[in-house]
Amino acid sequence: MIEIRDLHKSYQMGSNSLHVLKGINFKAEEGELVAIMGSSGSGKSTLLNILGMLDEADTGDYILDGVKIEKLSETKAARYRNKFLGFVFQSFNLINYKTAMENVALPLYYQKVSRKDRETKALKYLEQVGLKEWANHLPSELSGGQKQRVAIARAMAAEPKVLLADEPTGALDSTTSYEVMDLIQQINDQGNTILVVTHEEDIAHMCKRIIHLRDGVIVEDKKIDQVRASEYVQ
Amino acid sequence: MFNRDRWKEILEVLTSNWFRTVLTAFGVFWGILILIILLAAGRGLENGIKADFGDIATNTMFIWTRRTTKAYKGLPKDRDFNFKVEDREVLRTRFPQLRFISPRNQLGGFRGGSNVVRGIKTGAYNIYGDYPEIINQDPMGITSGRFINHSDIGEKRKVAVIGEGVVAELYEQGEEVLGTYIKIQGVNFMVVGTYKKKSNDGDGEEGQKQIFVPFTSFSQAFNRADNVGWMAITAKDGTSITSLKEQIVSVLKEKHKVHPEDQRAIGYFDLYEQYNRVESLFGAMRFIAYFVGILVLLSGIIGVSNIMLIVVKERTKEIGIRRALGEQPWSIRKQILLESLFLTIISGMAGIAMGALFIYGVNSLLDASGPVDMFANPSVSLGVVTGALVILILSGLLAGFIPAQSAIRVKPIDALRNE
Repeated sequence: MIEIRDLHKSYQMGSNSLHVLKGINFKAEEGELVAIMGSSGSGKSTLLNILGMLDEADTGDYILDGVKIEKLSETKAARYRNKFLGFVFQSFNLINYKTAMENVALPLYYQKVSRKDRETKALKYLEQVGLKEWANHLPSELSGGQKQRVAIARAMAAEPKVLLADEPTGALDSTTSYEVMDLIQQINDQGNTILVVTHEEDIAHMCKRIIHLRDGVIVEDKKIDQVRASEYVQ
Repeated sequence: MFNRDRWKEILEVLTSNWFRTVLTAFGVFWGILILIILLAAGRGLENGIKADFGDIATNTMFIWTRRTTKAYKGLPKDRDFNFKVEDREVLRTRFPQLRFISPRNQLGGFRGGSNVVRGIKTGAYNIYGDYPEIINQDPMGITSGRFINHSDIGEKRKVAVIGEGVVAELYEQGEEVLGTYIKIQGVNFMVVGTYKKKSNDGDGEEGQKQIFVPFTSFSQAFNRADNVGWMAITAKDGTSITSLKEQIVSVLKEKHKVHPEDQRAIGYFDLYEQYNRVESLFGAMRFIAYFVGILVLLSGIIGVSNIMLIVVKERTKEIGIRRALGEQPWSIRKQILLESLFLTIISGMAGIAMGALFIYGVNSLLDASGPVDMFANPSVSLGVVTGALVILILSGLLAGFIPAQSAIRVKPIDALRNE
């Protein structure tokens, strides 16, 4: 599903060049749930940004679902993001003047799905994250966990190939974190490929594979026995 | 364009900070209001002053003789001379660009004594000996009967066309006018028509108290031989009389043996030049109105542009999210442009409506208080309103352009970075 070969990325900081990614190679198959771990500055966010086509690598190949991602114009990047990727952010990033349902429907709007279909689909995904009754509430009326679940529903609405989650539990307490991870695991169980960037060990162990990043290189890549988040959720 | 979600969003954005939106809109509203009022005021002044020209054909000059001031070809200076009837034919053959050449003679005039008698009633009027063409140069509406025609000229008929003002003074109410006789300086003329002039300025009253008789009959009745008092000359459309007048004067000088450099022997008044002078004054006024109005409008537009920039800044994160979710850059640009356009057009329309209301108010005030000197019917034409709308649309796009560009320069990654 995802293949990355010899990925390099450096940032220009004034006169200094900061080499953030120094040759990353990895492959993720369909249906995997991968945790990308690393301390801050290890390059994990940069990697996620490149995977999310929010940023471009200097050199190296990035193949997503058989499509080579290169020479992206803004328009093309936007189309790929919409078609291939779903994002979940640490700070939820819901649009605060739109209701939960409108937020979920947004990616579908960019796919030019008709209004009625959008609403039906958005409601379906909101139901899946257990927030159907909150469909007409604004983000400001939701709790942190609820917001993240809306964000996950939004990421899922476009039926992407890969779900990218950047510290999805970073702003949540542990109980809520486990609820969100439970949801992510359920989505993964349905066969969706998910990449989770995190620095929390317990969250990482709820995935099926952990990639450790340090100073721009992968230092460890191992399959693990998944801890089900539902064990922690009553 | 007519996408429900898009418009919903535009309204959501613009209503999220009412006070700011209204303040911004006021800038554009005020600009267009000032523009409309300035243009309407200019038009009012123009209407008022142009009314003084009445319906007179403006491409016209009047020309008359004075005393020579130079001796020439054996003739002494201080010589009196007159234009002759045949001058008309001379001018006609020399200047095919001329449309009407009307020699005229006149009796009576300013503070003249009584010169017309009908029964026991008398009156003092201007009496003109004219050719039929004069009705085209000094338009009047024939209210009954007819105007002078060429048969009258040829047969030297003693007929007269009199103004409604004359009728009112010499006739009883409802009395039959056509076919009656009036005595002009002892000579009887039969009334064959009555007229009413349209001019609505101060001379309106005077304009209705004139009597027109055939040029030839006038000359015969009042012993003018073939002399001509003065001539009204109108050029054809496309040629200005101003460009011809020098040549006309020199032809007439040659014909009447006047020294070519004698500047005083022939007097003339170029109506077209005067009209043009007034016209260019109004042109300048319109220019100033547009200039000031558009500058005021521009400051309003800069206000809109500013606010849109702030809106974009405020929504940086939101724009980043949208782009991460796959919104196309052009769609974001369109959104910002539409917001700016919407704000500009709505406030501009309000300005136009307010301006129209203002003009309506002034007009009804003018109607109520009667005519005011040099000011009549302030208005803006539909063309100006359309023009203002076009200006609004363009300026809305202009105001949105820079913010829209800066909106699509927002990189999703920068916008989403957790600071």
